[in-house]
Amino acid sequence: MLGFEEVSFSWSDQRLLQDFSLIFAEGKTTAILGASGIGKSSLLQLLAGLRPIERGRILVERSQIAWMGQQDQLYPWLSVVDNVLLPSTLTGQSPDRRHAEYLLEKVGLAHRLSVKPHQLSGGMRQRVALARTLYSDRPVILMDEPFAMLDAMTKLRLQTLTGKLLKGKTVIMVTHDPAEACRLAEEILLLHSSPLAVTALAAPLGKPPRPADDLGLLTAQAALLTRLEAYEISSE
Amino acid sequence: MKSRLSNLFYFLGCVIALWVILTYRGIPDYLLPTPQQVGVAFVQQPTLLLSQAAITFSEMALALLFGVGGGVIIAVAMASYVWIRRLLYPLVMASQVIPVFTLAPLLVLWLGFGIGSKVVVAALILFFPVCLTLFDGLCRVPQQWLDLASTLQASRWRCFWQVRWPAALPFFFSGLQMAVILAPIGVVLGEWVGASQGLGYLMMQSTARMETATSFAALICLMGLAVLLSGVVQGLRRYFLWPTG
Repeated sequence: MLGFEEVSFSWSDQRLLQDFSLIFAEGKTTAILGASGIGKSSLLQLLAGLRPIERGRILVERSQIAWMGQQDQLYPWLSVVDNVLLPSTLTGQSPDRRHAEYLLEKVGLAHRLSVKPHQLSGGMRQRVALARTLYSDRPVILMDEPFAMLDAMTKLRLQTLTGKLLKGKTVIMVTHDPAEACRLAEEILLLHSSPLAVTALAAPLGKPPRPADDLGLLTAQAALLTRLEAYEISSE
Repeated sequence: MKSRLSNLFYFLGCVIALWVILTYRGIPDYLLPTPQQVGVAFVQQPTLLLSQAAITFSEMALALLFGVGGGVIIAVAMASYVWIRRLLYPLVMASQVIPVFTLAPLLVLWLGFGIGSKVVVAALILFFPVCLTLFDGLCRVPQQWLDLASTLQASRWRCFWQVRWPAALPFFFSGLQMAVILAPIGVVLGEWVGASQGLGYLMMQSTARMETATSFAALICLMGLAVLLSGVVQGLRRYFLWPTG
């Protein structure tokens, strides 16, 4: 089971969660949408154990979690392949170099194994981060706006690749982009805040229609935007 | 590299030209010897200069070993444990309020005229930049790098050696660069206050005997040692630090 049980949490003297409960669907990709500063990233950080909670329980086994942030988090002093091997080297396990090379081949970087991150473009760096996430081989992937800093075309390519490679895993993804949510997620949650605290903040928008092609994606995106708008109007 | 070397030669050429012009303007030898007289001092007493340079170099090397080592240990301890930081940080800062120049005679009194007092004077001077820059570097590791290690459940020890230490290396090398520049100052200061050997001692003795050319030769040897150490640090920096792109 993955989620929150009556969790309370404050950040910079501001209460973000008050007795908040939510269970995520396992084996599926869930996108979390919401306005800036509402606490989307904090939710992921709480799940990852990066912030301490005041009360309640985080329902997660930390050893099952892999993290992919907005920035690629590549260590500049390590080569591409050594960055992918980090889940082993940082935990004292023997690194499986062959597997890392295989994953880099899968993300199209087989020819850049020994270069340093500064020699790669933003899209390539995110692909290395994706390979590292896959290498860690954990069933739950937390993604905090992983493609926010990429250009439209690179973003599109990486979304397709991510959808393909992370199939079957439990993915919780924070995003600002409804199109990204439609493209990747099977469940979409909208976060909204009350004046003092964020209480019962998840409004499940349900399953988006699966986009079969570009037209399907546009239709799904339009449908989601309509529902977001309707939700905003009803909550005013 | 080629352009840096040619820049160095241009600079040295300008300095020597200015020096020659000044000496031909009637400045007496005992105030400013000619470059030729300094060259003669090198040729006439190479053994003396080399042996004194070797002593000063060994003092500098030992001061670097203890000063840098002490700086690293204290910086790592302060960055790792809050209680050590609370205890030592004010002491480290306060230690710089007392000028080492005023401590040098006392250190010579306590440790004698041997190598020990010079090493301690220099180590006290160069300890501070290494300690402070490394401590700063260890505290300024980007949070996202630490978060990744945390989500992978890296142990504190592995997180230190594989994330915090390499991330702080640019800061450490900045401190080390300052340290190798300060090392000759500390050692010569110690030799001036009380010594029976070393380049600082030779400069004091030859200046007192109006052998200014020898004093200049010793000074040039000292500069050579500082440049050599600085070059070693630059080499280490290039080897260990990642390019910034």
